[in-house]
Parts: sequence; C-alpha cells; structure tokens
Amino acid sequence: MSIIWELRADKVISALKEGKRLDERAFDQYREIKIAKDVYKNADGSARVVLGETDVVAGVKFVLGEPYPDMQDEGSICIGAELLPLASPAFESGPPDKESIELARVVDRGLRESKAIDFKKLCIKEGELVYLAFVDLYAINFDGNLFDACSIAALASLLEAKIPKVEENKIVAGEYKGKLSLSRKPVLSTFAKIGTNMLLDPSLAEEKAMQARFSVATTEDDMLAAFQKGLGGSITKQDVDYCIDTALKKSKEIRKLL
Amino acid sequence: MKKEKIEKIVYVNKEGKRLDGRKIDELRELKIEAGILAHSSGSAYIEWGQNKVLASVHGPREVIPKHRADPYKAIVRFNYRMATFSVPDRKNPKPGRRDIEISKVCGEALERAIFLEQFPNTAIDVWVEVFDSNAGSRVAALTAASVALADAGIPMRDLVSAVAVGRIGGNIVLDLNKDEEDADDAVDMPVGILPNFDEIVLLQMDGLFSKPEWEKAIALAMKGCKEIHKKQVDALKKKYLVEQKEGEQK
Repeated sequence: MSIIWELRADKVISALKEGKRLDERAFDQYREIKIAKDVYKNADGSARVVLGETDVVAGVKFVLGEPYPDMQDEGSICIGAELLPLASPAFESGPPDKESIELARVVDRGLRESKAIDFKKLCIKEGELVYLAFVDLYAINFDGNLFDACSIAALASLLEAKIPKVEENKIVAGEYKGKLSLSRKPVLSTFAKIGTNMLLDPSLAEEKAMQARFSVATTEDDMLAAFQKGLGGSITKQDVDYCIDTALKKSKEIRKLL
Repeated sequence: MKKEKIEKIVYVNKEGKRLDGRKIDELRELKIEAGILAHSSGSAYIEWGQNKVLASVHGPREVIPKHRADPYKAIVRFNYRMATFSVPDRKNPKPGRRDIEISKVCGEALERAIFLEQFPNTAIDVWVEVFDSNAGSRVAALTAASVALADAGIPMRDLVSAVAVGRIGGNIVLDLNKDEEDADDAVDMPVGILPNFDEIVLLQMDGLFSKPEWEKAIALAMKGCKEIHKKQVDALKKKYLVEQKEGEQK
C-alpha cells in the first residue's frame, strides 16, 4: 500500500475534526454520478457508471441452464465482480478474492431480496430449462465506494437487458423476445465510519481512514432490502438509523438518473 | 399444490407460539462448552438447536506468508467451513462464495473485540467447522469463536455474542430455524454485538424490512445477544472457576 494514501487518510481525519470532508462534500452527498446505458453491443444489457473518479462497467449475458432443485419454476441471477489490476495498483490478477466476493454478494443481495426481478419469468420449461442472468462487473478505476458504483451499474444493465429468443432449447443469437422488466429499483448506499461520523459515498482517501463500512439497499417504496456491515470497527444502532434515513432520502437522486 | 400448503402455515399462533413451540423472543436450546481441544490455543463447542459447531483458535503466531503480517497489530484469519454432510444435499468441500463472505464478516466482527495492537506481526487463526446446521450457523460460529478466543487467553474488550432475528408471517422473531427461514416473507438479519458496550460488530440483512421492523428487530437481537452472553460467560466459568471448599487449603 502506497504511503501517500496513509497520509491522505490522516488529512481526512484532521479535516473531519473541523467538520469537513477533504473534498468539501456534505456528509450525505454523493460525488457526481454519470450513467451510460447499452454501451456494449455483444452484451444482452450493459452499463457504465462513473462515480467521482470511480469507474465500473457491467454486462449481462443470459445463459440457459437447469433450475435449482428447490426452485423448479424459476430462473436466477448470478453476480460476479472483477477487480481488474488496471483499476488500481492494489488489485492483483487471479481468482476472486474475499473483497470481490463480498462486493458481488452484497450487490446480488440488494437486487435479489428487493424482489425486483420476477424469477418465474425466467423459466422456459419447469424443472428443465431456465434463463440464468449473469451480471459481471468490472472495476476499471478504483477511487473508493465500489459497492455503490457496482450496484448502480448492475441495476442499470439489468434495466436495459433484453432476453434472448430460445428455439429448440437453444438461444438464437442476436434475436430477442423482449426486455427483462424490473418491478423495483433497489439502490445500495454505502457509508464509511470515521470517528463518530458516517460519510455517504466514501472516496478512496476516506476508505483508507474508515474503521467500519455500512451498506443499505433501499427501494422506492421506502423498504430496506439488504444490510452489510464490513471491516473491523463497530457501529451503533444510532449510526444505522442515520444511514437508513439518509439512504432512503438520497437514493431517490440516483433513481432519477436511471 | 405445494405452494398452497406453504401459504397455510401459521408461523406464530394465537397463543404466541411458533412452529416449534417457542415464543417469539425465545432462543433455541443453547449449550456451549469451552476448551475441549488439547492442541489448540483455545477452543469451544456449541450446540444451538440443530446446529453443531466446533471452533478452534491457533495463535497469536507467526504469519505465513510473511508479507501479510501487519507491523502494528495482529491479523485475524477466520475460516468458516461446513462439513459435506452438514446440509440436506452434500456440500462441496471446496469453500464457496458464501463460506468466504461469512469468514470475512465474522473475522472482522472479532477484530473489534480483541486487543490486536498487543500482538503486532502475528496472526490469530480461527477455524470453525459446522457439522450440522439448521439456520443460524454463522452466528453460532461467531459466538463459539469468541469463547474459543477467551479460552486461548487472548486479551479482549468483550466477548462477541451473535444471533439472527427476522420476520416470518409478519412477525418479528428471535433465532429463526430453517423452516422459518423458508417462509415466503422471510427476512434474515444476523447481528453480532459487544454485549457490554452495545456496539454492533456484525450486521447483515436480506429480505424486505420497513424502518419500524428494523427497530423492532434490532431491539430483539440485542436482548437475545445478552442472553447468549450469559451462556458464554457460564461456559468459561465452568472451565476456569475453581470453587474452594470450606476448610480446603489452596
């Protein structure tokens, strides 16, 4: 880890002592968000999300498969996250490590548990053939808060995703039977705990200074779809309450962009 | 056919009793034993409902590979594993994404409890094996692991006590079992705290909760954790408290 980041973390902490964030954002303010949809033609759905300097892309590919034994009439989604070495000197190539597995699973949880996708619509033949939607996320520049960037990218790519046509149990390349429709837009909001402050959308410098991380996925009908606390520090019930209230309010800004 | 049957399940009846006869704020039977493995620095065994989980601690010890050592504090490496026969279908022995995520969050939960700065450049390795499971195995693993750490004599701020709370059939209940976890509207929220400080060190949730439901669930979880904490302390006392009989010489 580069020493420069340790020093920036110190600056984050001293700025917070004066009640300020290093980049002068309000504690509950996202960095600028840019969302581009349908960016890759070979993907069944795709999106690119730029959150401050953090940059991620998502692509959806539908694959045919057998249903899970306990859900014979349902397809499924499978989220993967790749922390590309080109995105950060801290990332290494190789199989997914625990960081990227946690990231993928938290993004997955928000989408799945919000019941945004009707998995029954992804069933082709009960007990035999279903669609599996693979959503693969690639971090291409890492400047903090991959959780929210990836969650928005996954959602944006699924909102645009087209379901391929199937004939004789095979996907017909380039032909689609229609769009995958989502009933909700679950948005993940991630906070860094530094001292006693909870900061929305932490930058890389803030992530280097945080003791704990908390993410909450919210929906437009003000429901909470997923929580994840991470790292070695602790949070209080009051911290969680603040995060929930802030996420319910601020996620609306993101939904408007989708 | 199957669907119709599921919709008819009453998860909490008029008397406030659940499918297995428990009240909504009642834990499953919980037994903890400290210090049972001779070659570990510390160990604990927990039986919690149908869950049977063994936790062992090695260390603080040298970090291998060396570049992973932290010159300022000990690192915690938590390994949550499930035996192949611990679930209805045979589990692939290779750790899956779920195992890796649970290991990560449980290890991080323990970090807050341990005075890590006292052991720079070392590793505290926690190995947890689940031999039988029925919902709540990660909180059983975390609860057992913190007893094992105390048994290892590692200086700690507090134990970590953990329990899952959730919603079934519209009711917020403590310590869900597998039948309850499979409810149509099920929400599962594993919570781990430092019981003497009310600090939350593990918090996950999946499902759809409203804000008032979260408030109710976290209060129930905190209460449950304090009950679990007593059992953890009892387990440690049972091993370490030597009662001096009257007239007996030290």
